[in-house]
Amino acid sequence: MTKGRLIGWIAGVLILIALPPILQAFNQPFYIDLVRRIMILAIAAVSLNLILGYGGMVSFGHAAYIGIGAYAVGILGFYGFFNGWLHLLVAMVASAIVALAIGAVSIRTSGIYFIMITLAFTQMLYYLGISVAEYGGDDGMRLKRRSQLGIADLNDPIQFYYLALVVMLIAVYLTYRIVNSRFGLVLRASKSNEARSRAIGFSPYPYRLVAFVIAGAMCGLAGALYGNHTNYITPSLMSWQQSGDIMFMVILGGMASTAGPVLGTFALLLLESFLAGWTEHWQVILGPLLILSVIFFRRGLAGIFYKPDA
Amino acid sequence: MLEVRSLVKTFGALRATDGIDLDVREGETHAIIGPNGAGKTTFIGQLAGNLRPDSGRITFAGEDVTGLGAPQRARRGLARSFQITSIYPEFSALHNVALAVQAQSGHSFRFWSAALKESSLLDPAQKILDEVGLGSRSRVLAANLSHGEQRQLEVAMALATRPRLLLLDEPMAGMGIEESQRMIGFLGTLKQRHTIVLVEHDMDAVFKLADRISVLVYGRLIASGEPEAIRANPEVRAAYLGEDA
Repeated sequence: MTKGRLIGWIAGVLILIALPPILQAFNQPFYIDLVRRIMILAIAAVSLNLILGYGGMVSFGHAAYIGIGAYAVGILGFYGFFNGWLHLLVAMVASAIVALAIGAVSIRTSGIYFIMITLAFTQMLYYLGISVAEYGGDDGMRLKRRSQLGIADLNDPIQFYYLALVVMLIAVYLTYRIVNSRFGLVLRASKSNEARSRAIGFSPYPYRLVAFVIAGAMCGLAGALYGNHTNYITPSLMSWQQSGDIMFMVILGGMASTAGPVLGTFALLLLESFLAGWTEHWQVILGPLLILSVIFFRRGLAGIFYKPDA
Repeated sequence: MLEVRSLVKTFGALRATDGIDLDVREGETHAIIGPNGAGKTTFIGQLAGNLRPDSGRITFAGEDVTGLGAPQRARRGLARSFQITSIYPEFSALHNVALAVQAQSGHSFRFWSAALKESSLLDPAQKILDEVGLGSRSRVLAANLSHGEQRQLEVAMALATRPRLLLLDEPMAGMGIEESQRMIGFLGTLKQRHTIVLVEHDMDAVFKLADRISVLVYGRLIASGEPEAIRANPEVRAAYLGEDA
C-alpha cells in the first residue's frame, strides 16, 4: 500500500470515528443510522469483491448470505437463543456451508452460466424464505431481541455504529491480507489468465471454492449485523435486487481494489438517500448517474486515486 | 522421458491426431514440424494435458499421465509455452515468473503473508529473468513488454517451473529476424541442460537446434529421425519442405 493511500484510509477512518458525536451535536440521529447501514453493507461489498474483483467470479447471488446471516439471528432468537456470539458463529458457519454447496456446483462453470447458477440458488433461498410461514413468510419476522454481544449493546445506536465500523475495518484488512498472500495470488492470476495458471501447475478450482466460502462467511457476518440493524427480517434481503445492489457497489467503487467496495457502498447509498429525500422519482436520476460513472471511471471511484504500478 | 503410443484425437470427422507414436529421449531436442493444419497444436495440447485424447497413452518419466490434467502434469515437470502469447498482463515480468515459482513450491493455501515480498519466490524469479535476458525489465508490467520480450517471458515462466521437459509451441512466432536470432541463441544454451519438444515453423531454427525431427502431416507422423535424414526424405520433401528445400 502506498503512503498516499494509507493517509486516505487514516483520514476516512478518523472521519467515521468523529461522525457520531458531531451528528449528535446537530441532533441528526438518522444519519448515524444511515452510515451504520452503509458500513454493514460495505462488509458485504468487500466480501463480494474478493470473489468478483479478485477472483473474476461474477456471483449474482451474494444477497443469499445476507439473508442467511439475518435469519440466523432471527431464527435463533425465535427459539430463545440471544447470545450474540452464537448468532455470529451460526450466521458465518451456515453461510459458509451454503457457499460451499453453491460454489461446488457453480465454479465448475463460467461466464453466463456461473451468473445464472448463483442467481438460481439465491432465488431458491428467497422463495424458501417466503414459504416458511413459521418465520413470517413473505411478511418477515421481527427480532424478539437484538443479539447480545457483551462488548457492545446493539440497542445503543452509537455502540452499534462503532461495532459496525470495527467489523468493516477488520473485513477490509483481512481481505487485503488474503489477496496479497500466495492464496490471493493464485486467485488473481487465474482470473488474469486461467490457461497460463494451469500450465504452470495451479488448479484454480479449489482456490476459487475456498475464496467463495470465505466470501460467503464474511457476507453472512454482514447479514447478522444487518438483521440487527433493521431489527426486522424479510425474504427481500435475499432478493436479486439486493444482490444487484451489492454488485453495483463493488463495480462503482472499483473492482479488485482495497477501498473500492467501501467507497462504492458509501457513494451509492448516500446518493440514493440524498436523491430520495429530494424527489420521489429518485431512481430516474440515479440510473443515468450510475451509467455515467461506470463509463467515465473505468476503474471505479477508487481508480480516481489509483495509478498503475510501473 | 516421454512416450506416446497410438494417440488418437478426432473432432467430428476430422482425425486431427491419427495414431501417433513418439519417443522423446532424455536430453534431446526433438522438433515437430508440419504444414499448417497438420495437427501440431492439437498434438501439443494433448501432451500438455489441455486436450484429452480419444485413445492412446502418454507416459512421462515412467508414469502414465494420460488421465492427468494440465496442472498435474506441470507439477510433474512438464512445462509448456504457448503459440499465442499467454502471460499475466497486469502483473510485472518479475511477478509473472514469481507466480510460476510459487506454483512449484507446494500448495498455495497460505492466506496471510504478502507473497510478492517473499525472497524465496522473487530471488529465483529474478535469476531466471537474468538468464533469459529480461533481467533489467523485471519491474515492467508484462502488458508493456514488447512482443519479443513477452515471448521470452513465456519461456522464463516455463523454466521457473523447474521442468524436466519443455514443450515449446512456436517460441519464435511473430518475432522479427533479429529477435528470432537471439531466441535461437538462447534456446541453443537451453538445450544443453533441458529436454525439449519444439514445435516451430522457422526451418532455420529447427535445423539449428533439433537433434531429431518428426514430421506431422494430416495427423500422422510420416517421418522421424536426424535432421539430415529428414532433409533427404523424399516423402517429407514432397509434403512439406517442397518450396524450401
